[in-house]
Amino acid sequence: MYPSEYRYTKDHEWIRADGASATIGITDYAQQQLGDVVFVELPKVGAKLKAGSSFGTVESVKAVSDIYSPVSGEVIEINSTLVDSPEKINSDPHGAAWLVKMRLDDPKETASLMDSVAYQAYVAEKDKEHA
Amino acid sequence: MRYLPKSSSEREEMLRGAGVETVEELFHSIPEQFRLREPLPLPGPFSEAEIIKYFQDRAAENSRGYTSFLGAGVYQHLRSVVTDALVQRGEFLTSYTPYQAEISQGTLTWIFEFQTLMCQLTGQEVANASMYDGSTALTEAILMATRLTGRRGVIIARSVHPEYRQVLKTYAKDLGLEIEEIGYTPSGEFDRSALKQAGLSKAAAVVVQSPNFFGAIEEVPALADAAHAGGALLVDCITEAVSLGIVRPPAEADIVAMEGQSFGVAPSYGGPYVGVIASREKFVRQMPGRLAGQTTDTAGRRGYVLTLATREQHIRRERATSNICTNEALTALMATVHLCLLGKEGIRELALQNLAKARFALAELEKIPGVRRVFSAPFFNEFAVEFPRSVKLINAALLREKIVGPLPLGQQYNELTKRGLVCVTETIARAEIERFAAAVRKVLETSP
Amino acid sequence: MDKTVETETITGITKASRHVSQNEGLIFERSAPGKRGMELPPLDVPAVDAAEALGPALVRQPIEGFPETSEIEVIRHFTRLSTWNYAIDLGMYPLGSCTMKYNPRVNEFVARLDGIAGEHPLQSDQVSQGCLRILWDLQKCLLAITGMDAATLQPAAGAQGETTGLLMIRACLESRGDARKRVLIPDSAHGTNPSSAVVAGYEVQNIKSNERGQIDTDHLRGMVSEEVAAIMLTNPNTLGVFEDRIAEISAICHERGTFVYMDGANMNALAGVARPGDFGVDVMHLNLHKTFSTPHGGGGPGAGPVLVKKELEPFLPIPVVLQKEGRFVLDSNRPQSVGRVRAYCGNFGVLLRALAYTLAYGPGIRQATEDAVLNANYIRKNLEDLFDLPYDLPSMHEVVFSDARQRRHGVNTMDIAKRLIDYGFHPYTTAFPLIVPGAMMIEPTESESKEECDLFIQAMRSIAAEAESSPELVKTAPHNTRIGRLDETTAARKPILRWKP
Repeated sequence: MYPSEYRYTKDHEWIRADGASATIGITDYAQQQLGDVVFVELPKVGAKLKAGSSFGTVESVKAVSDIYSPVSGEVIEINSTLVDSPEKINSDPHGAAWLVKMRLDDPKETASLMDSVAYQAYVAEKDKEHA
Repeated sequence: MRYLPKSSSEREEMLRGAGVETVEELFHSIPEQFRLREPLPLPGPFSEAEIIKYFQDRAAENSRGYTSFLGAGVYQHLRSVVTDALVQRGEFLTSYTPYQAEISQGTLTWIFEFQTLMCQLTGQEVANASMYDGSTALTEAILMATRLTGRRGVIIARSVHPEYRQVLKTYAKDLGLEIEEIGYTPSGEFDRSALKQAGLSKAAAVVVQSPNFFGAIEEVPALADAAHAGGALLVDCITEAVSLGIVRPPAEADIVAMEGQSFGVAPSYGGPYVGVIASREKFVRQMPGRLAGQTTDTAGRRGYVLTLATREQHIRRERATSNICTNEALTALMATVHLCLLGKEGIRELALQNLAKARFALAELEKIPGVRRVFSAPFFNEFAVEFPRSVKLINAALLREKIVGPLPLGQQYNELTKRGLVCVTETIARAEIERFAAAVRKVLETSP
Repeated sequence: MDKTVETETITGITKASRHVSQNEGLIFERSAPGKRGMELPPLDVPAVDAAEALGPALVRQPIEGFPETSEIEVIRHFTRLSTWNYAIDLGMYPLGSCTMKYNPRVNEFVARLDGIAGEHPLQSDQVSQGCLRILWDLQKCLLAITGMDAATLQPAAGAQGETTGLLMIRACLESRGDARKRVLIPDSAHGTNPSSAVVAGYEVQNIKSNERGQIDTDHLRGMVSEEVAAIMLTNPNTLGVFEDRIAEISAICHERGTFVYMDGANMNALAGVARPGDFGVDVMHLNLHKTFSTPHGGGGPGAGPVLVKKELEPFLPIPVVLQKEGRFVLDSNRPQSVGRVRAYCGNFGVLLRALAYTLAYGPGIRQATEDAVLNANYIRKNLEDLFDLPYDLPSMHEVVFSDARQRRHGVNTMDIAKRLIDYGFHPYTTAFPLIVPGAMMIEPTESESKEECDLFIQAMRSIAAEAESSPELVKTAPHNTRIGRLDETTAARKPILRWKP
């Protein structure tokens, strides 16, 4: 379910590092919690992000969630197909619904994030809390 | 008490059903020191007849039977009795905000119609389901412009309604807005030559009113160009909505803030009225206020829901586009019904009648020596007039003739003493206009 | 009361019936060229040509797509639409925090009197004494009920009242050279509270509720400082529970010069029984469309007067109603005022309705409060065996359950609310306050008879049974309405916000 080459945050973002750049999105768990996504607000290309800061929002009908950057860096590309098709976040959160691509300030920053096993365990705990 | 549907025995039964002996027990969570021991010193209780008498007595102390030439943002227009007949139906009057769409399709449908009518009238692409009034709608429209442009400057015409500008000032200082006022030319229009590049490059919006406070109609397309050249948006404010029956709509404005009171809402000493914000589709996510959208149910039937709710306070809380919750639904319904009654031909005819009455009145007034219109720009149903004497003095005399005279402009504009704002709508009979002019002439002929 | 559970099948429910006007479209779809619904008296002055009067560039074409129908079609169209709405006139709205009480008809009558409805707000005080006296008398009543010292009747709604109150606090603090940055708000607060604070230029800090759902005074003590301008609280709180440590809360705040703002939305639990001015509130607003019976009208208009203690009086918005030498005036000569919060003096039409309501009750207003609290507790007692009560504290005028038990069968608060529609009721407030997951907030108000309360209890008990025995029935509700659950997702993804020809 959760790709092993990705890393994950406690706020349910995923990041796939590729040398000095990375792709970021939100996880399947996140899209389940949100429900049908209706709108995505993304930063502009060139925006400088700090790890832990909010860089956009994902909206469902009844809720708005901030998206937090897992790492520090500069936005080099945004997924503008999400403007017309926000529902991709529900159908393919780990693939076609990537949100931004970044140039990393420090490529080693991702190592401190959860791997897929740890994340899987983390969301299993969360589910137990909510039950 | 007639509003309380319980007999004493039912109260007893329910107290037992609630598990208590006396009703006082239900208030024990309030510390004893705060529980009142005496009834409040309030007038009443009044029977229905006594309530009516009280208000009839108050009605006799107002301006019943007077003819009024006041406009200045609130307009006397004919209202059909059909409006109240519909609006007073319990299903409209006593219904709640349409959050539960399945049992609020009545409300949601007319809101959708209202939004459509406002777009048709203003030439804009999307309109909301009402703000409190024109003054707060204007402030909200300006805040919307600051969100859209990321700029904090506001360039606003002095010919925008003084009270609307005061409202903006009240909110602006705490939101870090910098306001610059621009004056008017001898024609009464916005002084474009006073627009400085420096101010414009920092401005989120250039704000005008049309027809403006003096009744003069502004050149919206040229103003839009000027604003856009500096990277600012044009916000157009409309206080006399009936003007849209004949005057070219402000389609070039980026955001329109309108007061809809002229559409079948009684003047009612200041409110409730109906504010509207209309704008372009691409700006809709920054637009405050409720929006009704069309959709389908599980069986494919067309229906309406409140939509884009994530802009609003109940979801975004401190990051909402506005804190507005309650709006002016019932008065918006009045406007909707009124516009449907007037229809395409009616609203045009109404506007033409206003044009005619105002010009007739101006002609009558200008026959009086020393009385003439102050500005030269085209006007709808309102115009500023110069008098040889203080307007307050003239009005005092007019009151004795049961006429409520023009608004003295000197109070709000130091440079416009001895000038009054006259409004003439379709509701004022020719004989009354003539009587008004005669009364003014008489006052001026009497030596000071 | 008979506590046997009556399970009604869908066909057995007769309160909601099939509609006669299924296919009513939009007014634009009924239009045909040349039809008119309203005729004007003939023009008695010379007609003018618009192009001559305005110049051809300023003249518009007839409005494309504008309705063209007759008077009867307008009557039928809106009458049919109205039959698709639920309303207080039809039955209970158990909406917590909304206080959906009866809207007395005499209020509508007096609002429309000749000499009341047509008054222009800018006309001379000389011919407005009636209007000004109405404002004055209402003020006096509201001050007596709340135990405060001064009032502004300007704000058009509760949210605007909140902003106004905060602006006054800011102005007062600044006048002392003590500008502060922050407002404390309980996490159970209504959404307008934090958004109003932001509009007033403040930062918001959330106060967590303790395990009793009330403000944690120890926690509060640590949060109140010289940086905090105000606390915004609701009392009773949004759980319907009285903050019984309010004296302590006020003391903690006042010690540090922090103002106590009270959201008066829940005043229906207090009118005639207790006065906020007595328990340390410095400034508060009232929702006249809640406690004071003015009609909701599908979403408004309302009014949100703000009442203050003496020290905030100089900062009231302009204009203020004053009595001078036996006459009433509108005074705008107030140098320390925060300014004007809206054009003209307020939603006068709403204000006068509130006065009519207050005059009807007089000192007997306490009875309305007692009945409201009685109804809520009666309902609570008859449902607490079936629904989870997250905070087992005395309820005042509203009670908050949660869907915890029903969720075990996959049924949540929204489903239960939708099923309630099939029983002929409007849903209660769902998913608020935020501190109760799956909240079910119920406020019957004093306008409900024992009979209506019993019907509501019966319906809720039946749904609880359905949640166990046939959860799908509840999850796919409502079944009896003219229209089913609507696709809100598409409405938000691809908004269609107007009709087009």
